[in-house]
Amino acid sequence: MIKVYTSSVIDAGADSVWARIRDFNALPLWHPGIADSRIENNEPSDRVGCIRHFHTRDGGMIRERLLALSDYDFSCSYEILESPMGVEHYVATLKLTPVTDGNRCFAEWSAEFDCDEGRERELTDTIGTGVFQTGFDALKRHFARR
Amino acid sequence: MLQRVVRSTVIDAPIELVWAVIRDFNSHDQWHEAVEVSRIERGERSDQVGCVRSFTLRDGNRIREQLLTLDEREHKSTYCIVEATVPLQRYVATVTLKPVTDGNRTFWHWESTFATPPGREAELRQMVAGGVYEAGFECLRRHLRTGADLRSPGAAPMPVALPVPSRQVALRRYGGAEVMQPEASECPAPREGEVRIRQRAIGVNFIDIYLRRGWIPPMLPVSADAPGVLGMEAAGSVLDVGPGVTHVMPGDRVAYLGPAPGAYCSVRCVPADWVLRLPAGVEDDTAAALLLKGLTADYLLRDLGRVGPGTRLLVHAAAGGVGQLVCAWARRLGARVIGTVSSEDKAAIARAHGCEHVIVTRDYRFADAVQQACGGADVVIDGLGDAAREQNLAALARRGHWISLGQASGALQPIDPDALVAKSLSFSRPVVFDYVATREALAERAARLWAALADGTLPPPQIERHALDAAADAHARLESRRSTGALILVA
Repeated sequence: MIKVYTSSVIDAGADSVWARIRDFNALPLWHPGIADSRIENNEPSDRVGCIRHFHTRDGGMIRERLLALSDYDFSCSYEILESPMGVEHYVATLKLTPVTDGNRCFAEWSAEFDCDEGRERELTDTIGTGVFQTGFDALKRHFARR
Repeated sequence: MLQRVVRSTVIDAPIELVWAVIRDFNSHDQWHEAVEVSRIERGERSDQVGCVRSFTLRDGNRIREQLLTLDEREHKSTYCIVEATVPLQRYVATVTLKPVTDGNRTFWHWESTFATPPGREAELRQMVAGGVYEAGFECLRRHLRTGADLRSPGAAPMPVALPVPSRQVALRRYGGAEVMQPEASECPAPREGEVRIRQRAIGVNFIDIYLRRGWIPPMLPVSADAPGVLGMEAAGSVLDVGPGVTHVMPGDRVAYLGPAPGAYCSVRCVPADWVLRLPAGVEDDTAAALLLKGLTADYLLRDLGRVGPGTRLLVHAAAGGVGQLVCAWARRLGARVIGTVSSEDKAAIARAHGCEHVIVTRDYRFADAVQQACGGADVVIDGLGDAAREQNLAALARRGHWISLGQASGALQPIDPDALVAKSLSFSRPVVFDYVATREALAERAARLWAALADGTLPPPQIERHALDAAADAHARLESRRSTGALILVA
């Protein structure tokens, strides 16, 4: 099992950041790597079990199922059902924690998965930096502008 | 009604450094200004789960607290009040640290639940949140900045640093790559003149393989009871320093190389004189990949080979870690660079690094080609060893200098002085550590290396990364002669 962990501090309250990322169908609105997204079967995007079907900007199609959503913990977990990345048993969690001294929050994005031997480093970089850190950087830019 | 208090902050220090303080259940009288004096009861260790700390606050209150959880993996410590002169009932608190990977900082979460006498909820919540937690954040920041005792000098002994958990690759007998065993270990506190480093990148060199094979036993004795650890260089952050160390501080990014092996681990104490601070533009990986090899290239070309415009330089293994650097740097110095490599792929790499004339040979035959190309070499930089000795002698020009750096093909048999007299040859068998024996020499050579990297004289190193636990894979790659560029272990 490979683990990837990326964390950051975003200069906005956890509730503001959560409002931006809570919607399971909102990736294209805040993550620069995502081109489009829809929820399959007309389900609401906060129904646990719903599936988002989206494309990355480089054309890859990914389907992910929402496994957990908590407005109390500001956290959301999901698994990959289909993707071009070559990962198996991929489960990721995105979570915010308020930082009580100042209007900012601690953001964590982690994933566990299996992959072919020899691809660990490449996938760890792609996911940890290319997906997670890129997302955090976009959030930091967004909240810095306001 | 149970009260709940949560306070959190971000500390501008790596998690290892903050955790090194927090995990010591008895350290709070060193860093928290509200705590006057603290001791662990019954002489137990402060990282013994179940131990009780008994302490007095500056306001005169006395508290006994028991350690319930100490989690090195999650960087978590949970404790409860056993007895106190303050009316906090059923008080259970947890400190959790998490790394902020985006910036190498630490998120610190401190929370508790407790009951109070009726009517005193708000007052006691404020005392815990402000007087203990928020004040604690500020005190720890100050403690990390100064690294010193907060109390007046002489009032109490300095904090005693504790061993830190580490991981190492141990060697209990000499042999093939398979004799290396990754295992959990412990790094003791730094002694006088030492620096304790949380290592992130460790350089892999041919000398590691020679040591592992048992070719230089005095340098690395091993036994079942006292395993040896390989590795001559690494880069990372300073955790803490022993008495008398002034040129580096906790939190500094540093790299080192030294004559005693032991770098294949995640936390290590080394003499401060080995250590240099890294410029912001040099990554950990680059430093670990380049330091020993780059400083080797520096003394070979500058001191030993005196390479300058027109020097005819023969470099063996020209696509290897040292070979690439020597070729690129010698070319910039104006030398005529001839290299040997074992394959066409490696020939392309050598050419890309400034090697003008590349000889592809797998059977150590190159002397005729060298004589044809330039009439003999003024300087030979040789990592091949015994199989190439006769060819090296034949490839040298009059008054040529054979610098024997390694022995990839096997240990060099003694050289007959008469073999040198025929062409007035000289022979050197240098070791890099004698060329960086003082902190000044180390700093001067390293400054030249970083400058050569920054101005493009040396290309950014091609780095092949392996996990620390997979050190055997890295050795197998280097021994197979398939690898090009520099190998590092990531801790």
